[in-house]
Amino acid sequence: MKYAYYPGCSLECNSAAYDVSVRAVADLLGIQLVEIDDWNCCGATEYFSQDELTASAVIARNLALVAPELSQLVAPCAACYLNLKKTDKLMAENPQISAKVNEALSAGNLHYQPGRVRVRHLLDVIYSDIGETAVRDKVVRPLSGLRVAPYYGCQVVRPADGVDNTECPMKMDELFAWLGAEVVDYPVKSHCCGGHMTQISEPQAFELIRRLLHNAVEYKADVILCMCPMCQLNLDAYQGRVNNFFNTNYRVPIVFFTQMVGLAFGLEMRALGFGKEIVAAEPVISARLATVAS
Amino acid sequence: MVTHTPEARGSAFLHEVMEEAPGGERIVHCLQCGSCGGSCPNGADMKYTPRALFALINANKRDEVLTSNTMWCCVSCYFCTTRCPQKIPITDIMYALKRLAIRDGLAHQTDAPALAKTFTDLLDRYGRSFELGLASRFYLFNKPLAMLKMGPLGLSMFTRGRMALTPTRIRQIDQLQAIIEKARQLGGKKP
Repeated sequence: MKYAYYPGCSLECNSAAYDVSVRAVADLLGIQLVEIDDWNCCGATEYFSQDELTASAVIARNLALVAPELSQLVAPCAACYLNLKKTDKLMAENPQISAKVNEALSAGNLHYQPGRVRVRHLLDVIYSDIGETAVRDKVVRPLSGLRVAPYYGCQVVRPADGVDNTECPMKMDELFAWLGAEVVDYPVKSHCCGGHMTQISEPQAFELIRRLLHNAVEYKADVILCMCPMCQLNLDAYQGRVNNFFNTNYRVPIVFFTQMVGLAFGLEMRALGFGKEIVAAEPVISARLATVAS
Repeated sequence: MVTHTPEARGSAFLHEVMEEAPGGERIVHCLQCGSCGGSCPNGADMKYTPRALFALINANKRDEVLTSNTMWCCVSCYFCTTRCPQKIPITDIMYALKRLAIRDGLAHQTDAPALAKTFTDLLDRYGRSFELGLASRFYLFNKPLAMLKMGPLGLSMFTRGRMALTPTRIRQIDQLQAIIEKARQLGGKKP
């Protein structure tokens, strides 16, 4: 199975652990990812706050660059995923906007026919296109004994697109049950991490981060699994500052779901980008998985 | 100029919002149920929750709406959008109100427009985001003292190889810039 791959800016550096583990897991599952040549930033939420037409044109350039023989695109970052999907939909539903976006693209000798590329998230590709049997077949190191809290965040599950439930998404829960992990069923798994509020309003962001950490810890999670670079950054890199702000002492490792999938498939921690997280994940993972093995 | 068709209801400002936000015409269906504010992670910090804001829009209170903090509390989590019983695309309307407020210089008491502009200026220049450039420019020009608190965090990111010191420029930056310029000419309105 062959898909166009849009890594997005975060995966180039701050979330390189996501990129390396996405590629490693995809490779093992026979998911061929063809990186879009010379892709550009999707503008996150920042372009839409200023100028919708330019925001859409900037995003549509990436859709237009998808090789003609490919009809599906995989984007691991939640913001990129939503932006690409949203622009395709906006153009499909509004012929006038579509015409303007294409007029802008023509300045770069490009054209995009809305609907040509189906935008997918990797979680859904693993869950739906690969499926339970093929995933279970690959497990060589079951995650039994490890309590994982799947954290979906916002922009993969909302607004509704029929891929998963918008209130209580389940695909990551099910995937990790296939891998043998103890899946933590906690209420805030699709609540907000604060997004860019860490930059513009710390008290608001810190409270949202605190709620997530508090709830996951209350339900005895060993690690929180992310599927978005912004969520991982906020929960991991800001965890110390949140602790200072509220006088709390959370120490929850925050990893990308693909890192843990790779571990279950027998890949080495280094090859999956472990060690890049601020709150170290290795001690708790080794302790839990060793307990079961001995 | 917005033309008022016989079936169209609502204030002049409502029509301005409708023109800016695809699907914004659904505002007229708001039941004032408050599911939006109740679903919002930052609803408690808003002077007007979306429900109240829609009532103000219907009452043509343009300044009250565009100077309010409502849209600057929005983190685009889309809970309000998926829960609205009247299928009002609330998050998209928040984006539209942000655009109108920035354009008219009415966005006060928030650094959000500065963050957005710094982010997209770097995108326009390199074609990729550049976190160190974004953080240093944004903090230096908007809240220099907060830079001190960010130091240790930046350092721990850097030592783990998670912070690039130089930007990446896409190969065909000229092509992207031509597209951006054309989009602006066609009615794009980046300030």
